[in-house]
Amino acid sequence: MRHLLSTADLSHQDALSILDTAEEMSAVSSREVKKLPTLRGRTVVNLFYEDSTRTRVSFEAAAKRLSADVVNFSAKGSSVSKGESLKDTVQTLEAMGADAVVIRHSASGAAAQLAASDWTEAAVVNAGDGTHEHPTQALLDALTLRRDWSAAHAAGSPRGTDLAGMKVLIVGDVLHSRVARSNIWLLRTLGAEVSLAAPATLLPQSVSSWPVTVHYSLDDALAEGPDAVMMLRVQAERMGGAFFPHAAEYTRRWGLTDERLEVVETLTLGDTGKPAVILHPGPMNRGVEISAAAADSDQSRITDQVAHGVSVRMAVLHLLLTGGHDA
Amino acid sequence: MPDSYLIAGARPYGEEPTDLLIADGVIAAVGEQARSRAAQLEGITQVDAAGQIALPGMVDLHTHLREPGREDAETVETGTRAAAKGGFTAVHAMANSFPAADSAGVVEQVRRLGQEAGWAEVHPVGAVTVGLEGKQLAELGAMASSEAQVRMFSDDGHCVADAQLMRRALEYVKSFGGFIAQHAQDPSLTSWGTSSAAQMNEGEVSAILGLPGWPSVAEEAIIARDVLLADYVGSRVHICHVSTKGSVEIIRWAKERGVSVTAEVTPHHLMLTDELVRSYDPVYKVNPPLRTEADVQALREGLADGTLDVIGTDHAPHPTQAKECEWQQAAMGMTGLETALSGVQHAMVETGLIGWRRFAEITSERPAAIGGHADQGRPLDAGEPAHLILVDADARRTVNPEEHATKGRNSPFRGIELPGRVTATFLGGHPTMLHGELASSRTGRTA
Repeated sequence: MRHLLSTADLSHQDALSILDTAEEMSAVSSREVKKLPTLRGRTVVNLFYEDSTRTRVSFEAAAKRLSADVVNFSAKGSSVSKGESLKDTVQTLEAMGADAVVIRHSASGAAAQLAASDWTEAAVVNAGDGTHEHPTQALLDALTLRRDWSAAHAAGSPRGTDLAGMKVLIVGDVLHSRVARSNIWLLRTLGAEVSLAAPATLLPQSVSSWPVTVHYSLDDALAEGPDAVMMLRVQAERMGGAFFPHAAEYTRRWGLTDERLEVVETLTLGDTGKPAVILHPGPMNRGVEISAAAADSDQSRITDQVAHGVSVRMAVLHLLLTGGHDA
Repeated sequence: MPDSYLIAGARPYGEEPTDLLIADGVIAAVGEQARSRAAQLEGITQVDAAGQIALPGMVDLHTHLREPGREDAETVETGTRAAAKGGFTAVHAMANSFPAADSAGVVEQVRRLGQEAGWAEVHPVGAVTVGLEGKQLAELGAMASSEAQVRMFSDDGHCVADAQLMRRALEYVKSFGGFIAQHAQDPSLTSWGTSSAAQMNEGEVSAILGLPGWPSVAEEAIIARDVLLADYVGSRVHICHVSTKGSVEIIRWAKERGVSVTAEVTPHHLMLTDELVRSYDPVYKVNPPLRTEADVQALREGLADGTLDVIGTDHAPHPTQAKECEWQQAAMGMTGLETALSGVQHAMVETGLIGWRRFAEITSERPAAIGGHADQGRPLDAGEPAHLILVDADARRTVNPEEHATKGRNSPFRGIELPGRVTATFLGGHPTMLHGELASSRTGRTA
């Protein structure tokens, strides 16, 4: 694997390899000394054209736990704000000896363009590009789901197992969500069934060509008995106007409210009797797409997702920079 | 440079070989008479055109020459050199320059630059509205009565979206025989929130790539509206760069109804699909966007059956940095003058959809007639103005934008092998290109 740009590019074997490596990395994170020497002497550049403290810090922690040198580059206040192009910025970083570039960008495809260019020899990790993909978020979601799924089925370790048969419901603004796209492709690759629930205004016009079931009613979707409910953030800047009338109506129809939490509490992971789980990529709008009670419920895995983010990003950097496997 | 040429053995419209004599700016004779009369002339140059196809010089209704204001992207000089190299003897310069061509002064400036360059006739297109802003009619009458004698008006790059303004524009230009060329794009259907605009065709590919979509209905709704308006007020409308199957169907319906509508299609929309955008290479970013295979097939059929009238290149050169960046920040547009013949040959002739006679109609005769240029797009007969080209249809070439005369390097056909090559272009009897190389302009400029 040369770059990580998209979960659509990941084979079943690739995905399992990353998740299994992440399990090993997770063990490191629970040690007293949370550090491996694997990437000593290597340089990871966090190239962030878009504000995202949690993702940047997660990648930074991951790189540091692998003993890499980390350079954080934020477009805001940099030469980029003076008009420097992506090409020139990357070539500058290349000259400084970057081994991996973790790029976050508001433009869909920026990571792919960087990887396809001759501007850098570094491995490129897509840390979120516009409304395209956010592959490490999907991988950490999959790691989170796999733990519950395998534990419920009494597997000794989640390693080596996929999500075959799991039913995952993704709710909300799929149209603008890079998290949703990455999750759909990865979950399908791992054998899960994926359904979407959203108003038609927040679904791609050609969603019928996607390998998913579409619901225009969250209550109908919950009635199908999903094993996991993944809520998406309602992006404040898109509230109101043409996508939906106003936040309160959105919450009534599409929010994981206290009333719907009662429904979710009746759901189980398959027929195991173990409770279904709730995910959210954060940051949350409590009281809009998810109620406080749902976010803080026993079924919520939201804080686990954050912790798993570091493990997954360690795994990705490790595999990319040490040639851990071919893809 | 002598001004008499005996073109020996060329095949007019791809038919039987014959000789053509060019003298004093006209086709002086064709066939046996050409050779006998040539023998009587001194200083004549013989051009061996055995096996080559002779066609009327091509006429482009849709060229962006960028001057004034964006000379870093193109100038009238470089753009018309590209025209000559591509086999065009006349081009229409779109109005989205800086300042916009919305006044008599600017259109006369563009016309004068074209005359001074002398590589092709340059016919300025006037803006429909002041500053292309879609709010107030530009001085259409002044542009029409200027030395540029503008007849074609367009806000191309922008749609005249206001229906009342479009109606008034269609009515107003009737008084001097003008017409409106519409960039059909309902802006309210191609803007995504406050900060982003549509980036590519809306469909399966845009949904996966996470790029804001430009739905086909945004084009079709405006075309439907405008053909109804043109019918209602009894005026003439021309639809720029048609890109969807639905648009072809609406135009077909309008023509059957007797509406005075003409339409153009670009070579790139006849050849390329939105699948190419998966590369995120901004060279494929264009407005209207590349559509689907079904659209491409419908456009080809529409051009073959006459629903679509002409080829328009929408030649849109950009500086390298405008394309060497993130997709969403990249400029829209592709170069097209120097690959148009090859593209149409590939998409339409080699597929058997049209022959070279129809090729001459869609690239020369109809655009000249729509533009109102009586001496362009004429048949290759004795006594006609010598605007003609020679084409080696059997040649194949790998497109290398570095070899192009345009300043733009943003050709979507880079590295692609295409058929056909223009080997000579005669502008009023003067060879702007000869033996496959630019020669000199009518005003004596060399490349």
